[in-house]
Amino acid sequence: MSTTAAPPTSVPVRPTVTRKPVGRVSALGFKYLALVFFAMAVLTPLYIVLVASFKGTAEADPSNAWALPDVWTFDAWRQAWDQLLPNLKNSLYLVIPATLISTVLGSLNGFVLSRWRFPGSDVVFLFLLFGMFIPYQAVMIPLAQLFADVDFPTGIPRLAFAHIVYGIPITTLIFRSYYATIPEELIEAARMDRAGMLRTYWSVVLPLSAPAFVVTAIWQFTSIWNDFLFAVFLITDPSKWPVTVALNNTTGSLVTPYNLQMSAALLASLPTLVVYILLGRYFIRGLMAGSLKG
Amino acid sequence: MAEIVLDHLNKRFPNGFEAVKDLSFEIAEAELLVLVGPSGCGKTTALRMVAGLEDISSGDLFIGGRRVNDVPEKDRDIAMVFQNYALYPHMTVAQNIAFSLKLAKRPKAEIKKRVEETARLLSLEALLDRRPKQLSGGQRQRVAMGRAIIREPKAFLMDEPLSNLDAQLRVHMRGEIEALQKRLGVTTVYVTHDQVEAMTMGDRVAVLRSGELQQIDTPTNVYDRPVNLFVAGFMGSPPMNLARATIEADSGRIAVRLGSLAIPVPDEVARDRKLEEWAGREVIAGIRPEDLEGPREDGTLVGSVKIEATIDRVEALGSNLLGFFTVDAEPATSKGIAEATGGDLEEVALITREGTPFCGTFEPRSAIRLGDRVDVSVDTRRLHFFDPESEAAIRG
Repeated sequence: MSTTAAPPTSVPVRPTVTRKPVGRVSALGFKYLALVFFAMAVLTPLYIVLVASFKGTAEADPSNAWALPDVWTFDAWRQAWDQLLPNLKNSLYLVIPATLISTVLGSLNGFVLSRWRFPGSDVVFLFLLFGMFIPYQAVMIPLAQLFADVDFPTGIPRLAFAHIVYGIPITTLIFRSYYATIPEELIEAARMDRAGMLRTYWSVVLPLSAPAFVVTAIWQFTSIWNDFLFAVFLITDPSKWPVTVALNNTTGSLVTPYNLQMSAALLASLPTLVVYILLGRYFIRGLMAGSLKG
Repeated sequence: MAEIVLDHLNKRFPNGFEAVKDLSFEIAEAELLVLVGPSGCGKTTALRMVAGLEDISSGDLFIGGRRVNDVPEKDRDIAMVFQNYALYPHMTVAQNIAFSLKLAKRPKAEIKKRVEETARLLSLEALLDRRPKQLSGGQRQRVAMGRAIIREPKAFLMDEPLSNLDAQLRVHMRGEIEALQKRLGVTTVYVTHDQVEAMTMGDRVAVLRSGELQQIDTPTNVYDRPVNLFVAGFMGSPPMNLARATIEADSGRIAVRLGSLAIPVPDEVARDRKLEEWAGREVIAGIRPEDLEGPREDGTLVGSVKIEATIDRVEALGSNLLGFFTVDAEPATSKGIAEATGGDLEEVALITREGTPFCGTFEPRSAIRLGDRVDVSVDTRRLHFFDPESEAAIRG
């Protein structure tokens, strides 16, 4: 009885087993096709930039943008490096302190606004959020005026300060949603263990903040590094320009040296790429930790 | 160590919800008081007010004779054990336990010594270098206890500390916590929704309903003399059998009529409750399952008053056997019972439709079965009577 009863149970399973891969293969093929298409759309301009950067000045011309270089040369790269090095340094002097300070401030704000709340903290947070939606263009003139009026040190400190202040809303938002995932009881346990606000932050919250720090630091590093607008109107001394402004000035007055421009552009974007490659997996993990559970 | 006094405490949340209403009681020094009630009854809020994690809307709170309403939690010198333990995940067991002493800037040698003592007390010596995620639920629970114990605080506050453990471990830890509390002699407030924990652990039990104190007394008194239908329905598992009944008086003899049953009430009970005044009136009568006893192994009945029952359902629990039968009296539906049991009784009433299901206890080896007709003795000295209007126990 039991031996004859066993086979029928496996019969209905079989057709689904053989049928499924067919559908799966075509769906998979379509997915890959779509992915390849979109990847090409993104990468094609990059290809043109890349090949142009290895061409000589005469060869780099929009008319043969698609062609690979006849003669591969690093001349443009060398020239871009020499020309941009001071500005790359300026950018680092700007980005590193501005990123660190705005991230730490965001962490403190996020902690207080989510886990050590005070009367009116929601209103404060609302105003902070508001700051995220104000376009740079809208504040350019008053900002420059304010700096002039208070006689704020010129050059990189001025630009760094502007970026720190304008970074606070987004860094606060990221940390606030990350800290919302830390159980309230953990903070209360610290309070019962007689820890004050700063002690709770330092000993309990900060050690658990690594993912949010990575996300925020990448975000701030990238956006401050790439900023052009604040830099161009807040810094008048060309020797203090960050790389983005200097890049704009590689455009010649009579002829446009495409090879130089392209290699300079790639050089200017390398640091953000490096940061992303080094910390990228934490970035994804951090975003998940902050968003999904919050 | 200190006594805790709650004097007309109220908690009103900003949205207008009153979680705790006019709560007054005292917890004696070294006493273990269990705050019990169904979920949402305000017991955790009350505990958090004592802890200082929740502001007091009105009323006074005293710990060790000092009014602490406006004293921040860190200056109240009380320790708390949380339901989910709330261990610091980035610290080792030793660091978790030592954290409060480190904050208090105690000398390193003293911290080390006290951590070792605490670990020994809780059998955590081998785990001191582990992190919380490497521990089992029971071990985490012990670390949470250790964090509270090491401080030698004035009082322990425990918020359902065992509810995340599985049944066996819960029973074990129940005993451990009780023994530890007695050994350390620290005033303790223990919050639970589990009436078994309340019965077994508490020196006294305070039953809360919708933020109001219903009864505070020893577990035995709360169980034997519940002040109202809510307490009667909440304390005890299986719960007290309750049905609508009428008091009958016939030349000084009092009987309680449950449908077709007339159960004589002993004179001393009738006198004590002044049941004569209720003659001809409706009451809600109650009796606990263990006071409805089936025949002994030799077939004899204990009590003098017996009723005949047809068994509807049998639950063999090993150590005893519960038999359910229907009494043709109207079920006692009341707000208090519904709140205490989460509406379970009404569901049962739907299934049997007519009459009220009663539960009695039988010899574990007795072979009673569905449909059997058996005699059940009623311990009439243990009958409970409640006013159907006020839901309060009739006390005379």
